[in-house]
Amino acid sequence: MSRGARIAILMPGLAGLGSLFAWAIAGMPAFGDYRGPYGFVLNRVVVPLRHTTNVVMGTNFDVRAVDTMGEEFILYAAIVGVTLLLRDDARSQQAERHTKRFPNDAVRLVGVVMIGGGLLVALWLQAFGYITPGGGFQGGVLFAGAILLLYLVGNHRDYRPFRNERVLDPVEGLGAGGYIVVGLAALVSGAAFLTNLFGNGKTGTLLSGGSIALLNWASAIAVTVAMIILFAEFLETYTAPLEAEDAGS
Amino acid sequence: MILATLVPLQVVSFGLVALGAPLVVLTRDPLRQSLVNGVYGVSLVCLFVVLAAPDPALSMIVVSGIAYPLVILAAIARSRRHERRRVQEDKP
Repeated sequence: MSRGARIAILMPGLAGLGSLFAWAIAGMPAFGDYRGPYGFVLNRVVVPLRHTTNVVMGTNFDVRAVDTMGEEFILYAAIVGVTLLLRDDARSQQAERHTKRFPNDAVRLVGVVMIGGGLLVALWLQAFGYITPGGGFQGGVLFAGAILLLYLVGNHRDYRPFRNERVLDPVEGLGAGGYIVVGLAALVSGAAFLTNLFGNGKTGTLLSGGSIALLNWASAIAVTVAMIILFAEFLETYTAPLEAEDAGS
Repeated sequence: MILATLVPLQVVSFGLVALGAPLVVLTRDPLRQSLVNGVYGVSLVCLFVVLAAPDPALSMIVVSGIAYPLVILAAIARSRRHERRRVQEDKP
């Protein structure tokens, strides 16, 4: 098909889509004008009911805990897919043979300090997720990122013990399954699935929120390990073929 | 409700995002593009913080800074390898 014909076919579609888009934008409420009752209700209800000062996490792990479980298993399914496609022991060893330690001492020193700081901030985000901004997902991603830094400032041999799948795979199962176990515990006690089981505790402390703390930790473990596996598989896909090819040519 | 004192900050962060997005698209080299995308991600983080959404901002830092570039680089490395192999097979 010629270029002209293609443009002729494109134009009506583009014009239609463009006008619909402009219509939608013009009909939007003004910036910062929130109308839905859901947010207002939650803002008023979550802190008195659950004593968690971060309303977002109180919502995620209590008011709509089932949705969060679905999200966690989306991530879990994605990781299983990546692992099935990319996991390859030989490639992991190839990556180890072909990476060298970064030669600059100053960069490595800063990197090591950043790993420590990153891990500390990640643990803080996970533990205090339902009190201050943060939570299992944010902390988990940061934790895995800090471990990935180990590869950047060291080499693959330093990094490899932290991506040992014989350790990681069961822990990933523990995180994903733990969420369901907390939900089933509520079912066994006679309440609905994922009902908050424990007392609400003192507002603004780690003991507030009841089951929220357990669910937060379960998802923190699941996300942390999922991200470590994801980074490791992609990193080895990136490192090994390139290096092997360069060595061969 | 928008706090009046935050409006200039919001304008600046929206401006940075609006400036960053075309820069990412207009960068042709994929390696540089993933770096520019990281900087663009930081501008999105600023926007989230200014709009009082610290939770997504925290995850955005790592996702845009580490996870996304890594995934892109791995994909590029793979597809380039395929391309090169195809070129080599076509030669003889």
